[in-house]
Amino acid sequence: MRGSTLSADTAIAPATAAAPVRHRGVLGRQLRSELLMVFRRKRNIAMLVVLALVPILIGTAVYLSAPRPGEGPPLVNQIAGNGLFLAFAALTICLPVFLPLAVSVVAGDAVAGEASSGTLRYLLTVPVSRTRLFFVKSAGVLAYVAFAILLVVAVGTVLGAVLFGIHGVTLLSGDTVSIGTGFARTAGIALFVFVDLLGLAAMALFFSTLTEVPIGAMAATVVCAIVFAVLESVPQLGAFRSLLLTHNWLGFAELLRPVVQLRVLVDDTYIPLAYTAIFGTAAWARLMTADVTS
Amino acid sequence: MTALTTDRDGTSAGTVEDAAIRTSGLTRRFGSHIAVNDVSLSVPRGAVFGFLGPNGSGKTTTIRLLLGLMAAHNGEIEVLGAPMPRMAASVLPRVGVLVEGPAFYPYLSGQANLRRLDSLDATTDPATSKARIASALDRVGLAAAARKNYRRYSLGMKQRLGLAAALLRPRDLLILDEPTNGLDPQGTREVRSLIRDLAADGRTVLVSSHLLAEIEQVATHVGIMSGGRLLRQGTLAEVMSSATAVLRIDTAATALAIGVLERLGLSVDHIAPDWISAKIAEHKPEHVNAELVRAGVPVRGLALQQPALEDLFVELTGEGFDVVR
Repeated sequence: MRGSTLSADTAIAPATAAAPVRHRGVLGRQLRSELLMVFRRKRNIAMLVVLALVPILIGTAVYLSAPRPGEGPPLVNQIAGNGLFLAFAALTICLPVFLPLAVSVVAGDAVAGEASSGTLRYLLTVPVSRTRLFFVKSAGVLAYVAFAILLVVAVGTVLGAVLFGIHGVTLLSGDTVSIGTGFARTAGIALFVFVDLLGLAAMALFFSTLTEVPIGAMAATVVCAIVFAVLESVPQLGAFRSLLLTHNWLGFAELLRPVVQLRVLVDDTYIPLAYTAIFGTAAWARLMTADVTS
Repeated sequence: MTALTTDRDGTSAGTVEDAAIRTSGLTRRFGSHIAVNDVSLSVPRGAVFGFLGPNGSGKTTTIRLLLGLMAAHNGEIEVLGAPMPRMAASVLPRVGVLVEGPAFYPYLSGQANLRRLDSLDATTDPATSKARIASALDRVGLAAAARKNYRRYSLGMKQRLGLAAALLRPRDLLILDEPTNGLDPQGTREVRSLIRDLAADGRTVLVSSHLLAEIEQVATHVGIMSGGRLLRQGTLAEVMSSATAVLRIDTAATALAIGVLERLGLSVDHIAPDWISAKIAEHKPEHVNAELVRAGVPVRGLALQQPALEDLFVELTGEGFDVVR
């Protein structure tokens, strides 16, 4: 009987004449409900506020200290010279800690939070099939990750434009590209960061299916991120380090080169995508077969 | 992984339809502990089935197996005539559930919690959602607290919200695990009348409870579990008939009376200084009285005590606080 839950989702043939009819637009309703749960949660809003504060603080600090061109650290000069760089600087600062933390909290809570409050058993008896629950929960997490990244980029870009103006972008090499290309590259960076964080979100989601204690799943994910960073700093590990999720996390710097080699960018996404596939599948498999005892 | 007995073509639907819940050989282990042991439950349609058993007897695990929350290690389950958990998508919308207490999001209001559950249900009409939520809240007396955060609900209000969720849409079967837990006497009465109303509507209700007097008042059928096994099930009358009445004899000459009872083959189960009692089994009380008088026992009083459900329950499942493993 154990494996038979797998087919629960495919059971559409009515058992009796009185079997209920499925209404249209169900997936939309379910997604909407999940998004409301994620985005109305005060804790999740608070984390978005913190993320939005990062470009605001950097921008204000750079604006007030206003180093003359040629002085101060290169990144600060770039920001002072061009508002577009504020978004880039904010993302770079959020990527090691703030964004992974936010992702760990939301994805770690996805299933474990429902289990700990006991609502998981009521969701499954509505019924929401386990497969559907997995996809709806994943969609909620992905929406939050995407929104968090876009928020940092949007706040950074708008504030950068107001404080420093937006011009053609001067790249690391000193070459300049048009404003349009500058925006496109910013979007590319945001997408790259999103892929980076997918891997972490999948790990958190998997941990979330293992426990009824959401804080446990969150902590496990954060610990993994820290361990990756530590291992990354051990050169003796050699090629093994390229298997770490965080190995190429900052690969989006490629987008600041005069001629972007798409090949390099794509290669850098293999590891995060592999983590996403492996942990995403593990999370699904676990959710399909787990006994709901909470 | 045995084949299911249901004929999905519907040729044997007539016989299958008779039971709202039917399990055979249902078994679930946790490590070496067998939580549910070869349980063959049969809940007829339209019944109010009192599902009884001490803590840890396997009631809740059985309910979780019925709902597909856990996987069985052995046995078959049919709910409303369809195999579970395979047909969960079409069966569960017709089943209202309150299992192991209510559970909701503490930071949402009662109303918002019900809205969440209703919006996830593929088989409800979103156009009627508002009206159904309002009427479910009204039915359990929570209309005034609809917008209050669940966190601020009292235990009884939480329980009521759980019942409201089970009543969000018309159901053919309600599985209510300890529905009166935390309720005041008024609330308990309301739940009892709610169960009666549902039954009068032709719904089947499986209700588990520790309040045996409550069950005795509403149940048409009972099942008694202990140590993972289903010890008895059937109509209330059938199950109660297996409980033996007790004859109490008030007399100063207890020793003499015991002698008479033993000669008649009755088992004396209580001896006090001026009275004794014995399980009467198939003997007639007037016959026992005649025998006592003939033996010269000065009988001061003779009373036949019909057992309550509680007596049978204790007889079957043991006394005291020991959790049966």
